[in-house]
Amino acid sequence: MNEAFVVSILSITIRAGTSLLYATLGEIFTERAGILNLGVEGIMVMGAATAFAVSFHSESAWLGVLAAVLVGALLAFIHSFLSITMRADQTVSGLALTIFGTGLASFMGQRLGPGGTTMVGLQGPSFSRFPLPLLSELPYIGMSVFNQDILAYLLYLLIPILWFYLYKTQAGLHLRAVGEKPQAADAMGINVSRTRYLYTVFGGMLIGLAGAHLSMAYLQGWAENITGGRGWIAIALVIFATWDPVRAMFGALLFGGINALQFRMQAAGASIPSSFLNMMPYIFTIVVLVLITAYERIGKRLGAPAALGLPFAREEKG
Amino acid sequence: MVGRMTNSQNDYAVQMFGITKRFPGVLANDQVDLEVRQGEVLALLGENGAGKSTLMNVLAGMYRPDEGRILIHGKLAEQLSPRDAIANGIGMVHQHFMLVPSLTVAENVLLGLEGAPFVMNLDEVRKTIKEEAEQYSLGVDPGAYIWQLSVGEQQRVEILKLLYRGADVLILDEPTAVLTPQEAADLAETLQQMAAEGKAIIFITHKLDEVMAFSDRVTVLRKGKVAANIKTSETTREDLARLMVGRDVLFRLEKSQCDAGDVALEVNGLCAENDKGIPALKDVNLTICEGEILGIAGVAGNGQRELAEVITGLRSASDGSVTARGVDILNRSPRDAINAGVSHIPGDRLGMGLAPNLPVSDNLVMKAYREPPLAKGVLLSKQSMGSFVHRLIDLFSIATPGPETPARLLSGGNQQRVVLAREIEASRGIMIAVNPSRGLDVGATESVRKSLLAEREKGNAILLVSEDLDELTQLADRIAVFFEGEVMGVVDPDETTLEEIGLLMAGERSSRSAVDGSEEAVP
Amino acid sequence: MNIIFEKRLTSSTLLGVATLFLSFVLALVFCALILLGFGINPIEAFGVMVDGAFGSTYALTETMVKAIPLMLTGLGVAIAFRMLFWNIGAEGQLALGGIAATYVALFMSPYLPDVTVLPLMVMLGALAGAIWGLIPALLKSYLGVNEILTTLMMNYIAVLLVEYLYLGPWRDPDGYGFPGTAPFPQSAWLPRLTGRVHAGLIIAILAAALMWFILARTRWGYEIRLIGENLEAARYTGVSIAKNLVLVMLMSGGLAGIAGVAEVAGLTRRLYGLTVGYGYTAIIVAWLAALNPAAIILVAFLLAGLLVGGDQLQIALQTPAAVSEVLQGAILFFVLGSSIFTRYRIRFRRKETQAAGAGDE
Repeated sequence: MNEAFVVSILSITIRAGTSLLYATLGEIFTERAGILNLGVEGIMVMGAATAFAVSFHSESAWLGVLAAVLVGALLAFIHSFLSITMRADQTVSGLALTIFGTGLASFMGQRLGPGGTTMVGLQGPSFSRFPLPLLSELPYIGMSVFNQDILAYLLYLLIPILWFYLYKTQAGLHLRAVGEKPQAADAMGINVSRTRYLYTVFGGMLIGLAGAHLSMAYLQGWAENITGGRGWIAIALVIFATWDPVRAMFGALLFGGINALQFRMQAAGASIPSSFLNMMPYIFTIVVLVLITAYERIGKRLGAPAALGLPFAREEKG
Repeated sequence: MVGRMTNSQNDYAVQMFGITKRFPGVLANDQVDLEVRQGEVLALLGENGAGKSTLMNVLAGMYRPDEGRILIHGKLAEQLSPRDAIANGIGMVHQHFMLVPSLTVAENVLLGLEGAPFVMNLDEVRKTIKEEAEQYSLGVDPGAYIWQLSVGEQQRVEILKLLYRGADVLILDEPTAVLTPQEAADLAETLQQMAAEGKAIIFITHKLDEVMAFSDRVTVLRKGKVAANIKTSETTREDLARLMVGRDVLFRLEKSQCDAGDVALEVNGLCAENDKGIPALKDVNLTICEGEILGIAGVAGNGQRELAEVITGLRSASDGSVTARGVDILNRSPRDAINAGVSHIPGDRLGMGLAPNLPVSDNLVMKAYREPPLAKGVLLSKQSMGSFVHRLIDLFSIATPGPETPARLLSGGNQQRVVLAREIEASRGIMIAVNPSRGLDVGATESVRKSLLAEREKGNAILLVSEDLDELTQLADRIAVFFEGEVMGVVDPDETTLEEIGLLMAGERSSRSAVDGSEEAVP
Repeated sequence: MNIIFEKRLTSSTLLGVATLFLSFVLALVFCALILLGFGINPIEAFGVMVDGAFGSTYALTETMVKAIPLMLTGLGVAIAFRMLFWNIGAEGQLALGGIAATYVALFMSPYLPDVTVLPLMVMLGALAGAIWGLIPALLKSYLGVNEILTTLMMNYIAVLLVEYLYLGPWRDPDGYGFPGTAPFPQSAWLPRLTGRVHAGLIIAILAAALMWFILARTRWGYEIRLIGENLEAARYTGVSIAKNLVLVMLMSGGLAGIAGVAEVAGLTRRLYGLTVGYGYTAIIVAWLAALNPAAIILVAFLLAGLLVGGDQLQIALQTPAAVSEVLQGAILFFVLGSSIFTRYRIRFRRKETQAAGAGDE
């Protein structure tokens, strides 16, 4: 196995995994607060559409990213408003968000090109890969890990920051308590609702950013169904990562790697039809889910926030 | 016990005057006064529903009282929230711990702490915890996860949480309910130590031996009012039992002589655990004959619920046997118990007894739908169902706008009538009734009790678990008193004083053990 | 001062219908604003949609065509939801039904008497869908695996499987390289009623009637309702939860599978482009219809109108058909948001806290 092959695989893996990891990290924080946001796919595709549209028309890539982040925050806010304040069913609310988001993104994709035409095939400002000085000269990982776009580099920084925040700060402690046992957090004086709002919106921001990466770095353009179910895989990845940011990184690499493998196998003219290769992430997700759930049932706690998806209302009595 | 004997205001850690607290339909606290001095251990004694927890929740900032005031160290205090209470030095350890299982001890202690630094300094927290733990014999590993700890250790964490925040008045709600005898003794030591250092301790209990052993003074609550407030050294168990249980006659019912027949339900050597894995039933032996009502008395949480659940097939037992009319039904399914003739009036009618959103008719047929005439093959015969439902509604005087009304819209009394109607209709010899008249008004209560007596007349064997001693004395032919999973004694209500029953409920072994009232020397 | 939400003890159907109507109106307004933002006249757009969906006999038949799979999958989804099993996998179950039917139609029909082909297609299609739905059900029942994700993943696998088949080994050899299978023989055709409306409609209505009957008149239906309403009570009265889960999912997947059969046998008459999202829209249908079989028929029809209207919008005004998805999402948002008013009463009260778990003992 020569270096070029490894570099190539690793490079594609990271490129494919970046948006996946952003979304997973966002959803991890949302679920850690106890809110299940099934609208990841919808937010992600809206992030992609918004980023591309805004950057195309403003000719500023970063403005596109900013817009995507804001849109993600806004959409997540809708979900948190419905779930927390309006006590609506979180599952249905998330699904509604997915449907709404994919519909609106498709709409935008067909209408936000110049003069109200399609965005497909357009080329706008984007984030290209560039090698980091010195680091990119390392063998194997140099031209793969350290030859990515700026959003990926930002992600490299984000992972340890988020890990530290979650486990080493008072705020992170409160977050973990809220998702695990909101009654206890409430009794200790923590505002459960506000915490949930905060982290759902934060999650939405990262998911929007994930979408932006798709349309501005990974694909550098717009395509219908650009997310292709990545949002759902991110939700599964959260479970795979047992709600831990660092494990999420490995999960994203794994799934990104499957993507990379698909490419290579197709390019190499492998005899396995591409459809089956495409099935791999989904089959893999099911296997992972089964293993994780079965393992948890044997007794060892794997860190699923115990209060995930359950509404918390202090006033209610039975 | 160390305690200050002067009466100056400043020595009072807490004073509560005229506390009144209402909930919908219930007057939980009625002009209650309470005070505790620094360095004193006060026991708050009473039965279920006496208002003990409510009062302490008011003190700890969980509830706002409708009337009354609270003085802390002589100053008027507004306890708007648990945070305010803590700021005033008051901390409460609840029956259900407020701990996050997946976090460590140190993290739980740190949770919600005002003014804590952004980056957690767990080393320092752990050090402080270790020091405090040593000081008060509250041994616990600050780095351990809560889910790894035993219940006793978890309780220590709750106490450490309060000490860490500088509490000097500690309230403990039924602290020994979840402890082993050894752990309870350790806790007593800890509390004594704290009192010796000037802290004020209030513990809520229903156990007389604890009151006598660990408290300096005791305040007895009964039905929301203060029944007594005395120095422990100046009272006796019997006095306390009488104060705790009292007497309140609502109405008298006609009860014929017990004409008991064959044994219908037999329980032998029954052992079972509760949801927390602690033994809830310890070698329980009971028999109920046809045409007899056996009452189960005791403060809630002493195994009665588990007993009912084991008999009805909803809980598994670790040892022993349950035989219903000759059929062994231990550790089978609810279906098997039902088939053996056991019907069940559950303690929480909205939790298990009814499907609140379904219509009254659906609730009424819950037991009968499998058999003809209601079942016609795979179908439910609408016609039969209709006449069945109407018959029951008439027979049991269920007040409902119609059979299709959702059950949750009925009054509590009528909901209970639905449950009763269904179970009585389905019963084939054995009925398990748990708190059948809880939360009902006088009229509904009367009709429920009359129904039970009627079933007894018909020759059914009834196990009546109740927290209401009036109910038991009125209805039961014999009463078995439960305490900590054991039967303390089986008594004849006509020949036993309430005082004696109260003693049994509070953990005193009986000197009488048979219906005929023969006295045996206490071993 | 605090706003307290107190659970309502009474509920009125009038209030329920009124809030539903209001939600719909608000959703329309919301979408109108979005349309305006894109420079589209909302009145004109909505007009085109309504006309395209209901404005002519042709429109009505087209709406009916889309309504059929929605009815069947909606019923399937609803019965699972009744037992609180979140079957998001109707799309995949539908696909499997179509695959099985295609297999019978193309590869088994030459060896079978003509009259048996359709019934066999329906049976095997239902079975295929049922099995596809049973897998996540068993995973949930025995291993406790979250069914939302498993059913969803099964969708993606099924969609890819369908594509693989009609792009690969089942591709029409005489098709000039275009994707899709060969057309079905006539024995495998579900007869048409009017326009493109096929007999699947009859199957759908029968299925709805059957489901209503099961829920209202049989012991099994009673148990399903009881489990969904109060699991504790069901357990207490000796109902077997595991057995019912399996039976319900067989039925749920089976119905979706039949939807797939109806699509390939009645509409397209070959296997191509089967998975267009009916399985997901079905969830909305079921939920908006409050899981009621009769209401599902109606709501399916209305939502189908929404889809057809969207298509028409694309044709007439070159406005993206995706507007129907946007509208669907918006309707859901507002219905979700308004449901609180039917379940709770709003009270203003002074701040009060409550110790979690501590009753008055």
